[in-house]
Amino acid sequence: MKYSLLKIIKEGITGNKNWRPIWRDPEPKKSYDIVIIGGGGHGLSTAYYLSNLYGLNDVAVIEKGWIGSGNVGRNTTIIRSNYMLPGNEPFYELSMKLWEGLEQDFNYNAMISQRGILNLCHSDAQRDAFARRGNAMKLAGADAELLDEDGVRQVCPFLDFENARFPIKGGLAQKRGGTVRHDAVAWGYARGADNKGVDIIQNCEVTGFKIDNGVCRGVETSAGFIKANKVASCVAGSSSKVMGFAGMRLPIESHVLQAFVSEGLKPILPGVITFGAGHFYVSQSDKGGLVFGGDIDGYNSYAQRGNLPVVEDVCEGGMAIMPMIGRSRLLRIWGGIMDMSMDGSPFIDKTDIKGLYFNGGWCYGGFKATPASGLCYAHLLATDEPHEVATEFRLDRFINGNMIDEKGVGAQPNLH
Amino acid sequence: MIIDHPLLGPRDANEFVYLGDANLINRPDWTEKDADKQFYEYLYLRDNPSGYHRELWYHEQGDRSWLIVTRNTSTHEIKQVELAKDYHLEKSKSK
Repeated sequence: MKYSLLKIIKEGITGNKNWRPIWRDPEPKKSYDIVIIGGGGHGLSTAYYLSNLYGLNDVAVIEKGWIGSGNVGRNTTIIRSNYMLPGNEPFYELSMKLWEGLEQDFNYNAMISQRGILNLCHSDAQRDAFARRGNAMKLAGADAELLDEDGVRQVCPFLDFENARFPIKGGLAQKRGGTVRHDAVAWGYARGADNKGVDIIQNCEVTGFKIDNGVCRGVETSAGFIKANKVASCVAGSSSKVMGFAGMRLPIESHVLQAFVSEGLKPILPGVITFGAGHFYVSQSDKGGLVFGGDIDGYNSYAQRGNLPVVEDVCEGGMAIMPMIGRSRLLRIWGGIMDMSMDGSPFIDKTDIKGLYFNGGWCYGGFKATPASGLCYAHLLATDEPHEVATEFRLDRFINGNMIDEKGVGAQPNLH
Repeated sequence: MIIDHPLLGPRDANEFVYLGDANLINRPDWTEKDADKQFYEYLYLRDNPSGYHRELWYHEQGDRSWLIVTRNTSTHEIKQVELAKDYHLEKSKSK
């Protein structure tokens, strides 16, 4: 069923009786060519690109809960490609381009809104660093614009420019950045993959791998053994758990990141705004709520809820750039579990076990990467070669010293 | 979270800085033959368990001691707190 204006009008005048579930709920088959573990954004987009771009549809996505129940429905919905290092920026720019055409591509309304992202800077040194980053972005084909204080005033007159400690000196804007309705991304990819024959198996937990002489033959699940030629793990947040079944130790720690939504307010924020002197980012949803977040809590956690010191820290960041935020009331706070890697960058790679592939380590930047992650992972699974923009996301990069450390803080995951 | 410091009693976790897995105390010997592999595993690979995890916390805004906290990463419950110094002394005695 293709969505269109005509279809909506037709259904509207005939009582909306013919809408159908947009993906099946199949029983798992005994065997598949490719089994993807994890029905989150990345797993579903991998299945979508495998079936739609690489013509492989003997694929199953196995999800422990229901699709969209993990981090794809728990993030702050920001998309951007304002990275700096050569290993990262072309990948995120590919992701940005895929976002731009995504709704037409998978015929689903994901409410992609390129309302722009503005990183504020608070000192001359930071402006220099932003200029460098902006130039690196432009070299990779992304857009970037360095704004002075007046430029920022024109778009966000309500900010606290005269803040005694962190006066706002300007900012780096990426106008193509923005926000997306995150769970619609999961649904859209699921529908697109399902239409091509991919089985999306929900409420089915992977409990182990079957590995013979270094070759992965399939997965043990709560619904029995499923044979597969290739098994693709895509469970950021729980990567250590799942890859632990295969006896692997990963360069990853799991951490909790909290997110916040205020009560609905009249439109005030033009786009995404980030604080440059602490860690705070905010946007306004179409319902009017301020959606914001900050740092991870900083200790290993699988608890999907955080603690109060970070709530205070995030709110202090908000108060420092826009004091009016103190008048709004918080509606919801929640936490999600992040794969924090040792250099702050992700992995899309084969493993030493033949037929077992790994995608993870997305830190708290996984959502914006959803389309490119799926595309690159599908490319790796289909061709056994890394996609040209994902060649550096290797699992062995710490052995040979090819880290992609955007922040330059070393092997300290809670600082990335 | 409240960390029950062995010397100072219950303290807010906010007074501490978190380092990570307590295994970071066991630094490999650089004179060993496969020291490069051992250091790679020591520095970059983690067990990252869901459940009890022994980890290093530094009491920066207190007595500046290093603690080994045994904490459940699924519930944030803290089971045991010991001084890293005591652990280290115990370890060097048994050598």
